[in-house]
Amino acid sequence: MEKKGLFINDVSMRFDLPNGGFVQALQDVSLNILAGEIMTVLGPSGCGKTTFLNIIAGFMAPTGGEVVLNGNSVTGPSQERGMVFQQGALFEWMNVRKNVSFGPRMNNVPKAETEERVDHLLDIVGLSDFKDKAIYELSGGMQQRVALARCLANDPDVILMDEPLGALDALTREKMQGLVLKLWKDTGKTIILITHSVEEALLLGERLLVMAPRPGRIHKEYRLPFAEMGVGADLREVKKADGYADSREEILSMIWDMEEEIMGRTEEDA
Amino acid sequence: MTGLILLLIYVVIFALGFIVVKQVSKRLIKRVDYTALKTVTFGDESAVTADRSASVISIVTLFLLWGAFTGSILTPIHAPPPFIGDTTFEYTAENAEGSRDTATVLVRVFRVGEDVETPEIDPGDGWAKNDAIEIGAWRSKLIKTDGNDEFDKAAGARIVEVDGQPILPGGEVKAADGRVTMTPKGTLNFIPAKGLQMEPIWLPAPEAVWGRFIDIISDGYQNYGLLEHLGYSLFRVIAGFIFGALVGIPLGYAMGLSNWFRGWFDPIVEFMRPVPPLALIPLVIIWAGIGETGKIILLFLAALWIMTIAARAGVSGVQISKVHAAFSLGASPSQIMRHVIVPNSLPEIFTGARVAMGVCWGTVVAAELVAAEVGAGMMIMVASKFQLTDIVIMGIILIGVIGYGIDILMRMAEKRLVPWKGRG
Ligand SMILES: Nc1ncnc2c1ncn2[C@@H]1O[C@H](COP(=O)(O)OP(=O)(O)O)[C@@H](O)[C@H]1O
Ligand SMILES: [Mg+2]
Repeated sequence: MEKKGLFINDVSMRFDLPNGGFVQALQDVSLNILAGEIMTVLGPSGCGKTTFLNIIAGFMAPTGGEVVLNGNSVTGPSQERGMVFQQGALFEWMNVRKNVSFGPRMNNVPKAETEERVDHLLDIVGLSDFKDKAIYELSGGMQQRVALARCLANDPDVILMDEPLGALDALTREKMQGLVLKLWKDTGKTIILITHSVEEALLLGERLLVMAPRPGRIHKEYRLPFAEMGVGADLREVKKADGYADSREEILSMIWDMEEEIMGRTEEDA
Repeated sequence: MTGLILLLIYVVIFALGFIVVKQVSKRLIKRVDYTALKTVTFGDESAVTADRSASVISIVTLFLLWGAFTGSILTPIHAPPPFIGDTTFEYTAENAEGSRDTATVLVRVFRVGEDVETPEIDPGDGWAKNDAIEIGAWRSKLIKTDGNDEFDKAAGARIVEVDGQPILPGGEVKAADGRVTMTPKGTLNFIPAKGLQMEPIWLPAPEAVWGRFIDIISDGYQNYGLLEHLGYSLFRVIAGFIFGALVGIPLGYAMGLSNWFRGWFDPIVEFMRPVPPLALIPLVIIWAGIGETGKIILLFLAALWIMTIAARAGVSGVQISKVHAAFSLGASPSQIMRHVIVPNSLPEIFTGARVAMGVCWGTVVAAELVAAEVGAGMMIMVASKFQLTDIVIMGIILIGVIGYGIDILMRMAEKRLVPWKGRG
């Protein structure tokens, strides 16, 4: 167990429902993610993506299997696994600086070091001029940058993102995608990013995981060159690269089929 | 009667004010804000703002009507006042032999509280003698007309006409400045014309209330100064509220965080919540008497449940993703309590505090109405027993002003302390 990375071994999750039934949110999901890889996860809604991420984060224990990070079994949330939520989940009662310094402050990092880290991170995410602003004074895009900086301030090994850019407008989103790639390259973090946008999954995923529902499982995995190409480059240029359009079509129709199947099944159920 | 006229005038001023202000502002002021460009304003809540000129007219109207119907020196126009001064009417009596004689009654109507002398009159000739009497405005009085006559009721004399119009027992005749009625036993009763103004005992003029306010500020009332009365009420509210918050907030947190606490206290809180604090007054008086302890216990109970529920809602309202984020950032449960759950619950707690202060203020006044030695409610209760309506009204206005002041202070504190409220 000397290998650095995140090992997901036969993870299953079953929710028992009050009416006696159950939902098999995940079934025997196995996956190895090496340190420094960036992986995107796609799939129709309800296929267990959030559950998958929550188990890795340690917010819930799987009903089967285990998650191992750098040789240690995951038993609860920890600062080695940072999380970025769709709506930021920022603390409105703190200003930008306090939000970003939250992790170091909770872990008794010396003040001067914390300051330095916060200044550096805010500089990277381009919010140096907003240090003392209140959260509710920031736009949605800025709030997500604060969330990213807050997560990085603790220097986690793995960053988990659940549709972090889903609530942003197209232009802001594109800028943020660039930022995610830049952070990935600069910091060398392992990143798992859930998205419902096929384009985003293609652009940001060095590895792209397509999940299927009922039970939630891995449907197919791709290795893609676009994330590497996109670092520091114009993402719109990347979309014109060889193979991009083909991959997009393939994944789109795969998801389309799955959605069709779900619809059909629901109609049968009804 | 007066009430209907008042209502009618009020509605007319409301409508007229609207039309006039609309016309004037249409000519004089061009609105330049964004709302002016909206074509759909009906049903658009954001397009409705309080028209400040309406507010001003509304307040002025209230005082004008108040003044006009109480004969205030502050208002130029007045409703018809009650008759004040000397008036006369004649009565014709018939004795047992059938001989009739007429005499005059001089009535002097005066304002109650002012000095009055019974007018001197000449008894006149004939066997029925002239009478004189003084009556307070808005009052009426039985007149013993036969007291000085040569034939009285016992001798078989009875009154048959007033001002030349026949009258029977139980009947009524209109005189120059009032009405004359006859009791079933045949005695005359004079009711001076009341006009449309209110009797001070019902509604004193604004300046009378103000004058009383000035008096009580310097002299106090019922052994306590005005500030003492108000201060005691305020002190009880603040003490009760602070105790209620000190117990209620931790209790609410515990209920929001622990199954056992929630299970234990849920039935109690849910049962006590719908019990109006006013209903507890009798029990608290039995247990703790009418002194400060009883009052503070009552207000403590009034504030307790509100603060408990507010704190519980504040804790339950925390977004799970915020707690998750804090755990992922390495915070311990006690750090999450301090840095996430408590601040996250502050907006709810402030809302609860505002409600609790309002309820406590209302409850303290009610409790003082029931029993107290000092306090704003006690002041108006005692005053009402002596029919000192000016003190009652002054008290009500002060209670309203203080209640409003408390709410404004709470809102200012809220703005300063939880600026993120409603913007998360
Ligand atoms: N706490 C829970 N209790 C019961 N069912 C749940 C719970 N959380 C998720 N599920 C079910 O598990 C399945 C996967 O959910 P989720 O992981 O949120 O999917 P996704 O994020 O891909 O949309 C869904 O069918 C959902 O209804
Ligand atoms: Mg999800």
